[in-house]
Formats: sequence, structure tokens, C-alpha cells
Amino acid sequence: MATVELRFSALPEHVRTARLVAAAVARRAGVDEAVLDEVRLAVGEACTRAVGLHQTGGISAPVKVLLIEEEKQFSIEVGDEAPHAVPGARADGAGPGDPDSDAEEDEMGLAVISGLVDDVEVSAGEHGGSIKMTWPTTPPPTILV
Amino acid sequence: MDLSLSTETMGDRTIVRVGGEIDVYTAPKLREQLVELVNDGSFHLVVDMEGVDFLDSTGLGVLVGGLKRVRAHEGSLRLVCNQERILKIFRITGLTKVFPIHTSVEEAVAATD
Repeated sequence: MATVELRFSALPEHVRTARLVAAAVARRAGVDEAVLDEVRLAVGEACTRAVGLHQTGGISAPVKVLLIEEEKQFSIEVGDEAPHAVPGARADGAGPGDPDSDAEEDEMGLAVISGLVDDVEVSAGEHGGSIKMTWPTTPPPTILV
Repeated sequence: MDLSLSTETMGDRTIVRVGGEIDVYTAPKLREQLVELVNDGSFHLVVDMEGVDFLDSTGLGVLVGGLKRVRAHEGSLRLVCNQERILKIFRITGLTKVFPIHTSVEEAVAATD
């Protein structure tokens, strides 16, 4: 189970909330202070992309953010429910295939994420996609009592 | 935290001071402001980003859109930014090659191509 799970209606005004929550949980998990700006930006990009996919696709389901604290690492998984065309299995006219400006912005978001985060997994299927980003954590200094 | 915008004219340049967070929610306001300025005949813009706390790809998209608009009128769009966290986003997207980025409004206003 995720340490913290967040679901929000696919509206631009909630992306900031997701950024703030993700940064707070990341800080608590031991992600380096210097990296928190990157976490904030990357999760914002992933959520912005998911909101865009839901809005374009007329999907009423919420966007899901999983914040996962593990030993020595912290992961954020942003899931959407937009049907993505599966490579090689694309039917005529299926999937969000319009090569318009939305697609360009979508790519810019992904470009920022891949530029910021070393460990990124992007997956997409018929029932939705996800972006999983992982950062190393440093254990809190041992407190001697 | 919302987006704050104010404009000021210096000679043939128009300074747009931006404060707060530019993201998917607030970027449309910045887009409106830039479109309005160009429609009103301001083609040499200096966007002062010193008060910006957060910028994402949506904001970058708006700035690129602004640049395209002023260029259609042989204008210019210069940025003022000294914040490393913001400059980094321009760097990883390769946009430092697209926008002239200055360290002060005075420098941007004085700059010519």
C-alpha cells in the first residue's frame, strides 16, 4: 500500500495541491532538500499531463497519485485512466492521436520529467497510463539520546 | 499562491512583471496578458521573472507562444531571471537558446540584437 494516496478531480486548480502534498511527503521520507524542487516540478508535470488527458478524453474519473516511501527510496506514481494506444495494436482512429498543440505540450511535460528525474518509468495501456518516478532517500541521522 | 501581473512601459519596451506560480492553472492569465499587449501594439516585451516561485512546462509554452506572437511583428521577448531553480527548467528544455535571458530589467531594456 502507498504511504499516501491522493485522488483529485481532473482540474488544473488541483495540480498545485498535488505538488504541495508530494513535496511534504517527500521531505518527510528523507528526500534531499536540494532535490525537493525537482520533485515538486516533476509531480506537477505528471499531474498536468494526466489532467490534460482526462479533460481531452472527457474522463470523469479522478487522477490518482501514489506516494510510496520505501527503504532508501521514495516513489511517486501518477496514474491516469485515459486509453492510450498500445504500440502495434492501434485500431483505426483509436487513441488520442491528434498531432495538435496538446500533444506538443504533453511532450514538453515529459521532456521536463525525463530531464529532471533519472529513474522514470512511463507505461501506457488501453485502460490508462502511469508515470512512476523514484528518488533516493537519505536515512535520518541517528539521534543519540 | 496565485499569479500576479503588472506592466510598465520603458521607451519602446514593455516590462511585464510576473510573481507567484506559473502552472497549468495560472498560465492562461499570463497568456491573456501577453496576447493583449501584442494586440495593443507592444511588440518588444521584457518578462521579469524575479518574483516567480514556480514555473512548469505550461508556463514555458505560454512564453514560447508570446515569442512567436512578437516575432510575427518583428518584435522581441526578453526574460529577466537570476533564480537557478527557474533557469534550470529553461536549460533542460533547451530554451536558453531560444530566449535571451538577462540578469536585470535595465540590462534587458538596454539590449539590442
